[in-house]
Formats: sequence, C-alpha cells, structure tokens
Amino acid sequence: MIRFESVTKKYGKKTILNKLSFEINQGDFVVLIGPSGCGKTTTLKSINRLIEPDGGKIYVDGRDIMKENPVELRRKIGYVIQQIGLFPNMTVEQNIAVVPKLLKVPKEEWQQRVKDLLNLVAMPYEENAHMYPSELSGGQQQRIGVLRALAASPPIVLMDEPFGALDPLTRDSLQEEVKKLQKKLKKTIVFVTHDMDEALRMADVVIFMDQGEIVQMASPEEMLQNPASPLVKSFLGKHLNNGAVLLASDVMKSRVLKVHREMQTLQSVELMRNRDVNSLIVINDDETYAGTISIERIKSAGKAGTQIGGLLTMEAPVVQVSDPAQSAFELLMESPTGYVIVLHEDQTVAGLITKTSMAKAMGETLWGGDAV
Amino acid sequence: MNNLPNYILEHLVIVLIATAIAVVIGILLGVIAYWVKWAEQAILWLVEIIQTIPSLALLALLMIFFGLGNPTIIAGLVLYALMPIVRNAHIGLTGVENHLKDAAKGMGMSRLQRLVKVEIPLSFPLIFSGIRISVVNSLSIAVMGVLIGAGGLGFPVYRGIQTNNMEMILTGAIPVVLMALVFDHLMNRFEKKLMRS
Repeated sequence: MIRFESVTKKYGKKTILNKLSFEINQGDFVVLIGPSGCGKTTTLKSINRLIEPDGGKIYVDGRDIMKENPVELRRKIGYVIQQIGLFPNMTVEQNIAVVPKLLKVPKEEWQQRVKDLLNLVAMPYEENAHMYPSELSGGQQQRIGVLRALAASPPIVLMDEPFGALDPLTRDSLQEEVKKLQKKLKKTIVFVTHDMDEALRMADVVIFMDQGEIVQMASPEEMLQNPASPLVKSFLGKHLNNGAVLLASDVMKSRVLKVHREMQTLQSVELMRNRDVNSLIVINDDETYAGTISIERIKSAGKAGTQIGGLLTMEAPVVQVSDPAQSAFELLMESPTGYVIVLHEDQTVAGLITKTSMAKAMGETLWGGDAV
Repeated sequence: MNNLPNYILEHLVIVLIATAIAVVIGILLGVIAYWVKWAEQAILWLVEIIQTIPSLALLALLMIFFGLGNPTIIAGLVLYALMPIVRNAHIGLTGVENHLKDAAKGMGMSRLQRLVKVEIPLSFPLIFSGIRISVVNSLSIAVMGVLIGAGGLGFPVYRGIQTNNMEMILTGAIPVVLMALVFDHLMNRFEKKLMRS
C-alpha cells in the first residue's frame, strides 16, 4: 500500500530521514513513534507530499508519488492534524464536505455522506451539521476533524498526533472510536504519536524511529517481548511490567504429579512420602480434573485397600489457564491447601500454582528473566 | 443651495467608484505580495510611497493622463486608498494560522482554492477594516476634486473660499464630515460583527 525505498531528507546539514525503507500493508493501523526530532512527522508528511524528500522513492498503491499531481494525491489521502484545523469560517457540514466538493461529488451524495459520518460518531446531523467549529468542544471538533479526513473515502488516512491536545478522558474515547472506525471502514492508517500508551493501544504495527532511522518495526506484542534497543525499552517503560497482563499459565509450574482415582490409599501415601509432598492431584480416566487428596485425609477417613476416588476433596481453588495471574494470586493467598490448580479449557490439569512458582514468576517479570 | 443633494450624491458616487476599484486592485496586490516573496517588499514599499505624495501634486500628475474631470479624482482616490487595503490584506493573509493552511493544503486544495475558500474569508475582517479606513480618507480627499474640474462637495467649499462665504464653505464641509462619521460608524459595527463570528 505504502512503500518507502531509502528515502532521505535533509535540512541543511541535519539529516532528518536517513535512507528510510519500509512497507505498510493495506488495512494496517501503523503507528510511528519515537523521541522528538526522530523524523516521524517528516515521514508522515512525505506520504502526501507536504514534505518532499531529497532522495529515494515513495510508492502509494504501487505508484511513485513524485510522478503524481500533489493536489490530486492529497485528495486521495485523508489528513488529520493535532491542531484539528477545522476552518472556522465553515460549518461542520461544510468542513466535512471540503474534499468531496473539491472532487466535485454531487451535492445529494456528499450530504448523505455527511449524515452517515455524523451518525458514526453519534453526533446527529440535525443538531450538529450547521454549528460552527467554535461552538463545539475540543473532543467534538477532533471527531469532525477525523470525519473530514474520511469524507471522500480515502483508502489511506494520515494522522499527526491527532489526540495530543485533548484531555485524557476525551482522548480515550476518541482512540476507541478511531480504532473502531478503522476496523469497520478497513482503512490503512498511519498515525504519529509520542505516547507509547496510545501506540500500543491502537497499532497493528509500531514503527519506532530515532534519528531518521527505524529502530524497530513490530507488532505491539512483539515489541513488548523483544524491545530492540534500550531506547525502545525506556519508551515502553511501565508497559514492560504491567502492560502485558500476566496469566495464570505464566505463574504455574506445569510438571506436576497427577494420579488416577483408582489408586489405592496405601499406594498413594507411599508415593507422597517418596516425593515429599502432602497431597496429590487426582484425575479421572479421561484425564479431567477430579479433585485432590491429602495425607491427612487418608489418615483420618481412609481404610487400607480402598481406592482414593471416594476420599477426594475439592478444597483446592481452581483457575483456568487464561485467567489473570492476579486473581490466581488472590486465591492462592486464601487457599487452605497452599496451592491453586490450573486447568485447561477441556478441564484437564495444566499445572499448579504454589507460593514458590508465583514468587519466581513475579521476580522474572520485575527484574527480567536472568535475575532469578 | 438647492444643488446640495446633487453635490452629496456626486461626491458619494466618486468615492464609491474609487473604493470599488481600489478594493479590487488592493486585494490583488495584497495577494501578490503574499504569494510572491520577491515582490512582497516592493509592493508594500510602493503603496507607502504613493501615500506620501501631496494630493495636489498627485492630482496634477494624473491630470496629464486623465484630463480634467471626475476620472482624475477617481484615479487619485484609488491610489490613496491602496495602502490600507494592501497592507491589511497582506497582514491578514500572512496571519492565517499555519495549521489551517497546512490542513487546507493537506486536504488537496490548490493554491487558488486555499486563497478563495480559506485565506481570504479568514482575513476578511482585517481587509474590511482597511476598506473602512480608505473610505473615510477618500471622502475628505475627494473635496480636492474641484481643483481639477471634478464634481462633488468640493465645489461649494471652493466657491465659498473664493467668495469668502463661510456659510457656503460649511454647507460643503459639514456633509463631508457627517458622511465620514456615518460610514466610519456603520462599517465599524459591521467589522466588529465580522470579528466576532
């Protein structure tokens, strides 16, 4: 969809973009991020030729943009800026309809489009279309800014820190709306931000830039797991610890001793003694979790020569592998048995969380895998 | 002085024609100064120089080209009216916020479209303020027209001076002052309204 081939831009002696090459696929939400002066905005503005590179080539839809008429190119690419940039001399409707009018779309058509778009963001046409931008709140103004960029149905939309000037609450809801719109309308979005929260939240692909070069281009998950440089790491900051939610499966030990319910009581006591444990996880014939049995239980209620199946208790707390580690942690603290059973979706036993396994996993998360 | 309404009307017509021409030329020069970097200083400097030429001298000069009568005074008024209009147009156009120009460009407006749809509408309050100053100036300068055979309220003023008739001077002068006040007031109000929206 968008392809950069060793694109270079210099201002005087300062290199802004240094042989930048990358490719953006159709329908992806791509976030450009990096410290100020890293070239992210320059990269964005090169796509609609607001800035023209000194070297290299940029292709949009397979066509070299330097060979296209810049005015026509820009009409095919939506553009949203941080300062919103609604024209104060035009109403909401006129603002949204700017590009369709430039493209000479018939009036009935663009009017319908304005109505549809306003509906998408729950700003009814009748109430809002004839307002002037100054009569709207900042969040509403930027909603209109986004709609204006979408009005001519461009396949690509460029967004230059669009929510940077909004309060956190408004920013949250706009991020959600834009992400929804993008999925619904299947747009390719290139989005500049310096806010890692925003990047991780919105992006399919994050491009991390520094000094005019790409440091890392990866999905948010991949970047969180393998930050390519200390700079990326410092940008990810708190997300490295809390950003990716720990799951029960991350804090359990998976090599656990399981026995069938048909096992004889004496045999199981022997096993516990040998392994130096005081209870066993018991499973049914189809491998599903049946319960637990402790050595005390056998001593108090069991008779020699019977099967353990009749003595099972369900006192150990149970979680699923995909449950958050936090809830497993809380259960573990309250558990009478001192451990929590982790089950797969098909009720088979996946592992066991003990205080030791929990502490180990937390230590790894906090100080990195090598520290523990 | 039963001719007074005619003098007033003629005076007004001369000023309005001159203003109309000055608005067209003035905005055009303002746009050129805004668009063409190298012409910017030259244009601003030129309209300022014109302003400093004494009206009598300017009219005498223009008479060589336009002869006696109304065309000469109109040409003179146009020249004097240019400065405030060109200046304000230039300030207004350069002063349109950069992010709006950026947005307009980024959405695919050509230079002319940006000018007509965004930049001129947004700088219009300032341009209008320039026009108001021009009109008020022109109303008083137009009195000089009588010296080169033009009509208007200059006639009773000049006649009054020649015959040492104070009453006659005032019959010419008072309507000029009143018209200037009225125009200034009305246009000022309109201007405030523009600024607010």
